[in-house]
Amino acid sequence: MKHGSSTEALGRVDRTRTIRFTFDGRELTGFAGDTLASALLRNGVHLVGRSFKYHRPRGILAAGSEEPNALVAVRRDDARYTPNLRATQVELYDGLEADSQNRWPSLSWDVGSINNVLSPFIPAGFYYKTFMWPRSAWKSLYEPRIRAAAGLGKSPTLADPDRYTNRFAHCDVLVVGAGPAGLSAALAAASSGAKVVICDEQPEFGGSLLSEPAGSHATHSHAADSHADAHATDSLGSGSHAADIDGVPASTWLARTVETLKRNPRVTVLTRTTAFGYFPHNMVGLNERLTDHLAQPHPESPRERQWQVRAKEVVLAAGAIERPLVFPGNDRPGIMLAGAARTFVNRYGAVPGSRAVVITACDEAYRAALDLHEAGVFIAIIADIRAKADGPLAEAARHAGLPVQTATTIVGTSGRLRVDTVRLARVDEHGHVTDGEQIMPCDLVLMSGGFTPTVHLFSQSRGKLVWDEKTLSFVPGQAAERVRSAGACRGVYALAAVLNDGNVAGSAAAAAARNAAAGSGPAGGPNSTPADPPIGAFAGALPQPGGATGSMAFVDWQNDVTTKDLALATREGFRSVEHIKRYTTTGMATDQGKTSNLNALGFVSRELDKTIPEVGLTTFRMPYTPVSFASFAGFARGSLFDPIRRTPTHDWAARNGAVFEDVGLWKRAHYFPRSSASGREDMHTAVARECLAVRKSVGMFDASTLGKIEVVGKDAVTFMNRMYVNGWTSLAVGRSRYGVLLRDDGFVYDDGVVARTAEDRFHVTTTTGGAAGVLRLMEDYLQTEWPNLDVWLTSISEQWSVIAVQGPNSRRVLEGLVEGVDMSAQAMPHMSVARGRIGGAPMLLFRVSFTGELGFEVNVPADFGQAVWEAIYAAGQQYDITPYGTEAMHVLRAEKGYIIVGQETDGTVTPDDAGLGWAIGKTKPDFVGKRSLQRPSMSAENRKQLVGLLTADPQVVLDEGSQIMQGPGQQAPVRPIGHVTSSYHSAVLGKSIALALVSGGRARMGETLYVPTGSGDIAVKVTSPVFYDPEGARLNG
Amino acid sequence: MLLIECPYCGKRPELEFSHAGQAHIARAQNPAEVSVQEWTDFLYMRDNTKGVHAERWRHTHGCARYFNALRDTTTDHFLATYKAGEQRPEGVGAGAGVGTGTGTGASSGASAGRGASGTTGSPLGAGAGADPGAGSNPGAPKVGL
Repeated sequence: MKHGSSTEALGRVDRTRTIRFTFDGRELTGFAGDTLASALLRNGVHLVGRSFKYHRPRGILAAGSEEPNALVAVRRDDARYTPNLRATQVELYDGLEADSQNRWPSLSWDVGSINNVLSPFIPAGFYYKTFMWPRSAWKSLYEPRIRAAAGLGKSPTLADPDRYTNRFAHCDVLVVGAGPAGLSAALAAASSGAKVVICDEQPEFGGSLLSEPAGSHATHSHAADSHADAHATDSLGSGSHAADIDGVPASTWLARTVETLKRNPRVTVLTRTTAFGYFPHNMVGLNERLTDHLAQPHPESPRERQWQVRAKEVVLAAGAIERPLVFPGNDRPGIMLAGAARTFVNRYGAVPGSRAVVITACDEAYRAALDLHEAGVFIAIIADIRAKADGPLAEAARHAGLPVQTATTIVGTSGRLRVDTVRLARVDEHGHVTDGEQIMPCDLVLMSGGFTPTVHLFSQSRGKLVWDEKTLSFVPGQAAERVRSAGACRGVYALAAVLNDGNVAGSAAAAAARNAAAGSGPAGGPNSTPADPPIGAFAGALPQPGGATGSMAFVDWQNDVTTKDLALATREGFRSVEHIKRYTTTGMATDQGKTSNLNALGFVSRELDKTIPEVGLTTFRMPYTPVSFASFAGFARGSLFDPIRRTPTHDWAARNGAVFEDVGLWKRAHYFPRSSASGREDMHTAVARECLAVRKSVGMFDASTLGKIEVVGKDAVTFMNRMYVNGWTSLAVGRSRYGVLLRDDGFVYDDGVVARTAEDRFHVTTTTGGAAGVLRLMEDYLQTEWPNLDVWLTSISEQWSVIAVQGPNSRRVLEGLVEGVDMSAQAMPHMSVARGRIGGAPMLLFRVSFTGELGFEVNVPADFGQAVWEAIYAAGQQYDITPYGTEAMHVLRAEKGYIIVGQETDGTVTPDDAGLGWAIGKTKPDFVGKRSLQRPSMSAENRKQLVGLLTADPQVVLDEGSQIMQGPGQQAPVRPIGHVTSSYHSAVLGKSIALALVSGGRARMGETLYVPTGSGDIAVKVTSPVFYDPEGARLNG
Repeated sequence: MLLIECPYCGKRPELEFSHAGQAHIARAQNPAEVSVQEWTDFLYMRDNTKGVHAERWRHTHGCARYFNALRDTTTDHFLATYKAGEQRPEGVGAGAGVGTGTGTGASSGASAGRGASGTTGSPLGAGAGADPGAGSNPGAPKVGL
């Protein structure tokens, strides 16, 4: 048989459909049904990558998603470039462009392979001990080089243009895995009427059945037939015999079963769908890949679909992954898992070599040897590490004339870009390697250390794992969710037992789902494992001469972790498996240790002289295999990432040149730069103009985003008295008051003007950002502490549009528009509220000011907001009315020393700190926060208190957040005595102003303090926080 | 994502709720009479239970009510949910649920008596073996050679 050729009758690929693809620019062909890996092997391409750290030449190790080496990048166009895909999962399509990774300039001649020569200097954890000197070299030399060298693949540079959707599904039984166990479970569950979802990561259902030899066994006549019949019990076929299921060949049973499931309207069949995570309460995340296998994806089709499935019961039938063996030089191209080689031959018709050495601790490798022998591969030797190999498969191999040699280990291999020789040695009854080596030329090595049940999802569901000494693996124990495991994923391997296992699990799951209304608990313990004859397993490193660790004996292929690294970790004192994992990075690559964890554990347990269960497993985390970020994002990207909240005047503001800022989810006009012949105003100029306009004439401002809560009921006053610090009993109907809200720990939480609009009705306003939090706090007390109060709360934030009209001309602007309200100074004093109409709309009019000027806030139902704004704007033209934004609003209030919660407060500021002690109701027995205010520390003299700051050079504006020091020119570390909370240039005062919290601030009036900056200390004088109109006369116009 | 049974709205996904801390921490009627230590405990001291924990949730994107729940912090299973103001249910976690809310399952204490038959551990219903129930189970596919 030719090296790397295919046998005509072999495989499930469609040889009538030739597919053209490129790998590293080289044009090759394959068949429909090939993966990139199988097509490469058929083309005799074994070198597919360079390892992560040492840049060693690497080939294909496995046939499924557990593949650690053959990571490729697939490119459709500049925007659709996906690195780190496993070639064993990349489905071939016409025109596929794939490239290997982590090599330069080429795979066969890679500069990075110098690392292999340097390997003694770069063991595990070397980066914790190097790159430290000289310190300056870190930024300029080490970091850039490390960044360039790090990682396996290259990132795409353009945004992902494809669509990714999501779906929610509910079902009675979710079956994960569609091999014989999963199919059997789904059949059983569906036949009892359950609603079933069954998924599998592969393009077609069948699992291990897909690796059976194709075609009817009647066409083969094989010398070993009669003997095989006599010996095989319920094993999966032997030699080129496909097993029968229900009297038909396995492939026929498979096709019929898939058809049955597809035709059932209560069954959802999902291929190319990986169950990647198990979440609480039986929610499982599935990632369905819709178009990556197509040559021409439909432009409207989503690329992937993420399912969130809430299942009453889950059956895990995830199979098992074959375990490699650990020996020096076990990573050369051409060294692969025995089952993988069998899969490439039987399923894809791609024979991976011509002269094979088999090294095994497990009976299943003999099955692979027989199938490869049948395909024309010369089996040079089957070396078995065990002292005896007398199971039926080993017997069948001997019968077929294949040389079997027990008590044999591998001590080395050679071959630069492909394995060409192995060195074997005998092992005595104590497990020690004896003298003398056998040197065997070969171009293919099949290895098998048994199987590791895939328990990832079970473990994610918080099920307990139990160590099974017979199979040297962890199997599912007590479940924590309503989940059952069936088949190889719980250590059952023989086909008849697997099919039965699936059947039992499927029907039990369906029954439990029917009984779900009775409130059943998590699934029962596993069925007792049937008494399979053990097929053999190994965990750890194969024995080497003199008990040495051996060089380049790989445990984790993808992260280049060898036995020497694990030994180093234990020598350096790491004992916990979590530490050893992180120090060596074993199991931390994108394959999450699927082919390495158990061998690492086996090796470490010997080093530490503990049993494997004593060493323990690290935590399994989702995703089972990598899932694209876009799949999780779904539609929540770009403009759909967050909702946008706009005020009723948004469009008007946009048309009139507003620059917007984000305040939470709101868009608020920040400032309104004007354009002229000389260009557009910058922010500084615009804000200065807006502030002066308000103080000189009149300005208008959209305050709709502030929170509003209506507090209504017989006990409204009682409730308000208990919640806010102020006394509310004396507040007359038609009047308002500045309210301060604390948490029970005594710190300021929110503030706002509160109006009493009726005897039993308060209109409470909050900060924009605090709206939801204040209502939540109120509801918390009302529902859970004072449920007997007759009061209810309604959010009316979005119901009212609020237009602030501020400035000496504000009354004149509004008088002509307002109906039904006497707006004179006598009838409407400062802090009063009245109902009326404006422009045909119902109106709540507040006389209130956040600017210190005469001012009003016009509240109309939100739908009238835009029209009323325009009417006010029109009426204000004769007074040169100026729309102003949030920046001007901030400056104007700072000039008056008005705080902004979240700016002057940070959750640690008391009312007295902020100069708001006057607001506290003196006679109230209790309010939220009062008890805490009584703690002595809450009135300590050195607490940070609100003050104003004026810079010595009035044109210097401090940075908000600057720290404040007692004296100038101090050496670090300096203890700050306060910080700057707000800072602006004040146009009306012609100088900079700032608000700050300073330790014992009120006792420091007139003192000079210092603000350190990168270019020197700035001197500031402590003043009152009210910079402008300290008597407050301008409030009256 | 947790599935939480709101006493008012039924089972809804976790996204609709906000967690609201430990349950049954009552604010004193007269805080002025409470000692500093008691007040500090009220503000800041909370249990860190490994096991069944009484906590509050609010159905923020739903009925907006606060309610209580018993959740096993090791498994995230809800043993009960009950309205604000109601007493913590007695004996929950030993298979004797009180009728206010059921959550998704009993704690490990109710797991006795399972064995190889694959029963679900529910105190109310016990399947035995491959319970065919309402449908027919044709039995496991048979392997031959």
